[in-house]
Amino acid sequence: MSGENHITEVGGTGVPIPGDDIDTDQILPARFMKEVTFDNMADYLFYDARRDDDGEFNDHPLNRFEGASIAVINSNFGCGSSREHAPQAMMRWGVDGIVGESYAEIFRDNCKSLGIPAVTTDHETVVELQEWIEANPDGEIDIDVENEEVTYGETTIDVDIDHAMKEALVEGIWDTTSLMYSNKSKVEATVDGLPYVEGDD
Amino acid sequence: MSNGTLYDKVWDKHKVTELPNGQDQLFIGLHLVHEVTSPQAFGMLRERDLDVAYPDQTFATTDHIAPTEEKKRQRPLKDDQAEEMLTALETNTSDNGITFFGFESGKQGITHVVAPELGLSQPGMTVACGDSHTATHGAFGSIGVGIGTSQIRDVLATGCIAADKQKVRRINVEGELGEGVYAKDIILKIIQDLGVDGGVGHVYEYGGEAIEALDMEGRLAVCNMSIEGGARAGYINPDETTYDYLKGREYVPEGDEFEERKEYWESIKSDEDAEYDDVVTVDADGIDPLVTWGINPGQVIEISDTVPEPDDFEARTDREAAEQALEHMDIEPGQSMLGYDVDVAFLGTCTNGRVSDFEEAAKILEGNQVDEDVRALAVPGSESVRAECEARGLDEVFINAGFQWRRAGCSMCLAMNDDALEGDEVCASSSNRNFIGRQGSKDGRTVLMSPAMVAAAAVEGEVTDAREYLDDEPAGSASGVGEAAD
Ligand code: SF4
Repeated sequence: MSGENHITEVGGTGVPIPGDDIDTDQILPARFMKEVTFDNMADYLFYDARRDDDGEFNDHPLNRFEGASIAVINSNFGCGSSREHAPQAMMRWGVDGIVGESYAEIFRDNCKSLGIPAVTTDHETVVELQEWIEANPDGEIDIDVENEEVTYGETTIDVDIDHAMKEALVEGIWDTTSLMYSNKSKVEATVDGLPYVEGDD
Repeated sequence: MSNGTLYDKVWDKHKVTELPNGQDQLFIGLHLVHEVTSPQAFGMLRERDLDVAYPDQTFATTDHIAPTEEKKRQRPLKDDQAEEMLTALETNTSDNGITFFGFESGKQGITHVVAPELGLSQPGMTVACGDSHTATHGAFGSIGVGIGTSQIRDVLATGCIAADKQKVRRINVEGELGEGVYAKDIILKIIQDLGVDGGVGHVYEYGGEAIEALDMEGRLAVCNMSIEGGARAGYINPDETTYDYLKGREYVPEGDEFEERKEYWESIKSDEDAEYDDVVTVDADGIDPLVTWGINPGQVIEISDTVPEPDDFEARTDREAAEQALEHMDIEPGQSMLGYDVDVAFLGTCTNGRVSDFEEAAKILEGNQVDEDVRALAVPGSESVRAECEARGLDEVFINAGFQWRRAGCSMCLAMNDDALEGDEVCASSSNRNFIGRQGSKDGRTVLMSPAMVAAAAVEGEVTDAREYLDDEPAGSASGVGEAAD
């Protein structure tokens, strides 16, 4: 990771994941977090929701829209636990960008750390897009991060993106470790002003 | 924009610089690490050949996967994956000079229980942990934030996170709590009033007479569930209650140094004339105990109320969530939660796994028996809590009543160890999340409540108003001791 990875636009076919307040326990059930890497997380994405009682795949959108790159969600998506396993699983399943009504904050931060643009628009627009995907499973959706637009079919809609997320993605500075690592001396100065931290020296 | 609040002051003290993306680089004074969200972060560090920048500010323990049955704590753990996680944490901490509270230390437990009781969490700090309940530490007057694994990497490598400053909402909780009504009920009331996403974009500053009257353990329970209201952090200004609690704890300085430190703690309190982005009042005067009836912590009622109609909710999203909840919980609007059948009673977690929680529950259990159809688990939040409860003889009250008395861990809060609901079992739970599937079964049902209410539900086998047990407490406990020895 060089930290120089500019993300201005992502696109592909879509997958609607309808429902409000979808929490990270649903996105990635806790029992699948017992692995020390994220490598297999795609297999566990929405594990319970995607399966019948006998373990067979049901008609959950993630099963019907395999190969999609753009997830379209409703409000307060990713609430609950802070687990990065949730967006990691989505990314590894194939999601490159998300369009939705709103996100829980930690989830959105995690998306930023992974370079996944998460943009927002209003309820009606999201529902229209979700319906459009159902009718056009092979239709391309494009998220233009720089211009804050989403295009699908003949339609282009204005969307919002968190300012810090946009800056980070477009400027290719979403790797916050590299960004902050270069400020070492400033960190030391801050630490000097804190009575509860012993200095390094 | 807020001005002169504790949040502003602590933020300014820890702000390193503004980053090119517009966020602030914020120094983290206390980094808590557990086995589930950290191995990937240590892995990223190794990939980049980076060291842990501030190992002395970093403390680790194991909680999520920790078996809570004595015999299952033998190493290697039976569950291979759990063993691998634990070993990874042991290696990662020892390789990097990080203090690790393992099973043998006697201090192992849930991060948010361990750090406060050891005096690691103090006023005026920034605290981060790869866990959304990090707001707990705000009870001391610190900023505690839950972070994802990439951010854990950031803290390990740089001692900092990149963060956006939030708005500050002051919540004045007015009134006085009656007997059998606790901090847990206050925070459930706040979430009922403000909603599960009411706090998005905000930190909550809790104050007012009902908050000031709480002891530290109660304050920890309130701040703990800030995230359930959508707030990334929640805090309470430090006062004498805070300082009394801290005095004498392992990681708190003594003597003159304590006094010096206290000056800093006093200096970061919100000013009398601090400006808030908004101020709301929550009336807790004489509230009844609260219980959830649905599948998020905002779907909650006072026990004297009935389950609402979906149409009672203004927002479309709330109406739809209510429909879904009614179906999952298999209840009808207009129904009371009193008498709702309970299969499992679970007492513990970072919300309500502290000594006072077991003490309150024990008051109800003394001289009573758990219903024969109920599986009842008492899981101390830390090994220190367990030891303290045992020193007070509380373990015997639980065991005699028919509870399993366990070792410390997260346990059935999220069922990453062997403790889980089965099928559509109903759990009366002192935890903080009633999400579908949270307790290990996708059909499982969770009813959140205070520890006292969990104890009463265990005894009756159904949701019960615990205050009934408190009224006739003397008679109950007198006759109970002999009876319980069977
Ligand atoms: S007790 Fe529950 S909420 Fe608390 S840290 Fe453990 S799993 Fe998370």
